[in-house]
Amino acid sequence: MGAHTSTYVPTTRWGKWFDERLPIARVVKNQFIDYPTPRNLNYLWTFGGILTLILVGQIVTGVILAMHYQPSATGAFDSIEKIRRDVNYGWMIRDFHSVGASMFFLAVYIHIFRGFYYGSYKAPREVLWILGVLIMLLMMATAFMGYTLPWGQMSFWGVTVITNLFSALDTIYNGLGTAIVEWLWGGYSVSGVTLNRFFSLHYLLPFVLTGVVGLHIWALHIAGQNNPTGLDLKEPSDCVPMHPYATSKDAVGIFAFLLLYAWFVFFLPDYLGHADNYIEANPLVTPPHIVPEWYFLPFYAMLRAFTSSFLGIPLGQYAKLCGVVAMFSAVIIIAFAPWLDTSRIRSSKYRPIFKWFFWFFVITCVSLGYLGSKPAEGIYVTAAQIFTVCYFLFFLVIMPIVGLIETPRAMPRSITEAVLGKGGAGLPTGATAAPEVR
Amino acid sequence: MKKRVPVTLLFALAAVFAITSVSAEEAGHPTIERQPWSFSGFTGQFDRAQLQRGFQVYKEICSNCHALKHLDFRNLVQPGGPEFPEAAVKALAKSWPNQITDGPNDQGKMFERPPLLSDPILGPYKNDQEARAAQNGALPPDLSLVARARDVERNPSWWIHPFLMLGDIANGYQEGGADYIYALLTGFSDAPADFKLVEGKFYNKVFPGHQISMPPPLSDGAVAYQDGTPQTVDNYAHDVVAFLSWAADPSLDTRKQIGWQVILYLIVTTALLYLGKKRIWASIKH
Repeated sequence: MGAHTSTYVPTTRWGKWFDERLPIARVVKNQFIDYPTPRNLNYLWTFGGILTLILVGQIVTGVILAMHYQPSATGAFDSIEKIRRDVNYGWMIRDFHSVGASMFFLAVYIHIFRGFYYGSYKAPREVLWILGVLIMLLMMATAFMGYTLPWGQMSFWGVTVITNLFSALDTIYNGLGTAIVEWLWGGYSVSGVTLNRFFSLHYLLPFVLTGVVGLHIWALHIAGQNNPTGLDLKEPSDCVPMHPYATSKDAVGIFAFLLLYAWFVFFLPDYLGHADNYIEANPLVTPPHIVPEWYFLPFYAMLRAFTSSFLGIPLGQYAKLCGVVAMFSAVIIIAFAPWLDTSRIRSSKYRPIFKWFFWFFVITCVSLGYLGSKPAEGIYVTAAQIFTVCYFLFFLVIMPIVGLIETPRAMPRSITEAVLGKGGAGLPTGATAAPEVR
Repeated sequence: MKKRVPVTLLFALAAVFAITSVSAEEAGHPTIERQPWSFSGFTGQFDRAQLQRGFQVYKEICSNCHALKHLDFRNLVQPGGPEFPEAAVKALAKSWPNQITDGPNDQGKMFERPPLLSDPILGPYKNDQEARAAQNGALPPDLSLVARARDVERNPSWWIHPFLMLGDIANGYQEGGADYIYALLTGFSDAPADFKLVEGKFYNKVFPGHQISMPPPLSDGAVAYQDGTPQTVDNYAHDVVAFLSWAADPSLDTRKQIGWQVILYLIVTTALLYLGKKRIWASIKH
């Protein structure tokens, strides 16, 4: 799709002059106005636009916050209060940023689940998908470091717990884990030094993220968008130009999402956070329950599922290491989905068995999220262990096997046929804006 | 259309459960009931008179041990708070027992002076160590954020949990901190016969571990209200918690007022964009 013929014709001499030197207007016209998008995209496809908007919003609010924030162990907590109380509309900027992190993850998880349901990871979109996993990793790192910055109790103890995970490497090579942890901390414990470096990285990573998002969009425009049928674009009537069709739909999706976002910012700014983070960090007092932000809970549940024994298998000193490996693998394994899924059919619409397992996967993730918020004891641990197995089972067993045994449903020949029914090829009169120009 | 039914059903169920399920919470933990705060929910705003009474309770009782370091005296004048007259707050600051350490002066000495409008509302102790020394080892926490720094832990069954959450999100309820502090202030009683109370501690049914170093701070008639509000522990607790909620979130009134304008704008814009999208797509089956 990336190489479709350009229809850009500069109308002024200056435009022609500039186009010959830097064809930026041509790229915009080709890639964001005329660009052929499948005509059958549903609202789940508006999340790419929503995510781009949130990324820009997080950077804008973040830059303003950084103007007022003091990254030091003695000043951080108070400076956030100053922002909330004394900076003009500081409370609003702050809440947009902190709620924005949650909204970012909410949108990205919906975006990823959509990818799973409609098989958006399959050829020729593997690189696009891997870039997406990389974006999620960068988001997680950025959000984790950002959560440190208010320097409340949960910030401090969250960092302590998570950075300490690397000490599990001591069981492989004595001293390796400890060395890494001290290197991360910049000392022998979490301190103002740690806060300073996390602030620096929290400012840097979003720009790296933006770069990878650029690649993600580039890769998308090479492979073209997937669509609810999972079929390739075959004929001109399968698609409509991005503008005004996809853009008008994106606009609705974006504003509807902003409605939810604004509801939390203005009426529930604390709801997604944790009360303990309004207590200034105190290395001498450990909060009774150390819980990460909600968007890390499924991974946190997997981490904690590895206690001294895992479903009867004794783990001994390797329990922590297994938990850490499981937690990181849970993210990394997503990148292998294009090769783990053996089915050639993309959309679950035509995959009677996989469709059910998709919901099995959703329930697994939500359950892990719930268990991550509960104390690691009794039935919760056993449940977390079972769902951890389910999570990896989905990738390592279900994805490969279902693809081999499943008989797909009868599929339409093209998107046009899926939309209009058999024999209904071509666009109705009046749809003159459709890209016959291709 | 077929797909919309379950979603609607889900929301209807959520509403029903949100209303009925509070009573279904697990026993074991003392239930902390939700109070009818004027400032809770998506329409809630502070009650000016209540904030003024609440400050009076803070000043006459809490301030004997607790500071409000994130609050300046000027905040008591600003819109959205108790909105005392500026002259009255100036006089109050001048007579505030806990002085500001300032300096060094031109002799190089630090000195004490009464606070100005721009100074924080300090408690009686210069630092935590002094506080612990005076309070038998206990540290009276700063109260400026306490209403946001506490919450009510609810342990509903897993299947009720999502409905409770949806109910709170739909209502815009995040006043767990206020509910907890109210329950704490009114939760003092004699220890049960089988409970071993450490010397110098007090029994409180909602405080974690049930032993708190703070003596019961409120008693009927302890603060003389000027506006005829009955002088009961219950009223004192409600009023001072409302004041502390404002202290922790002084922009609440503005936040919710702007919020409604933003929500209204977004609803109208989303609707218009949807109509525009329908029109654009009218000739294209999809």
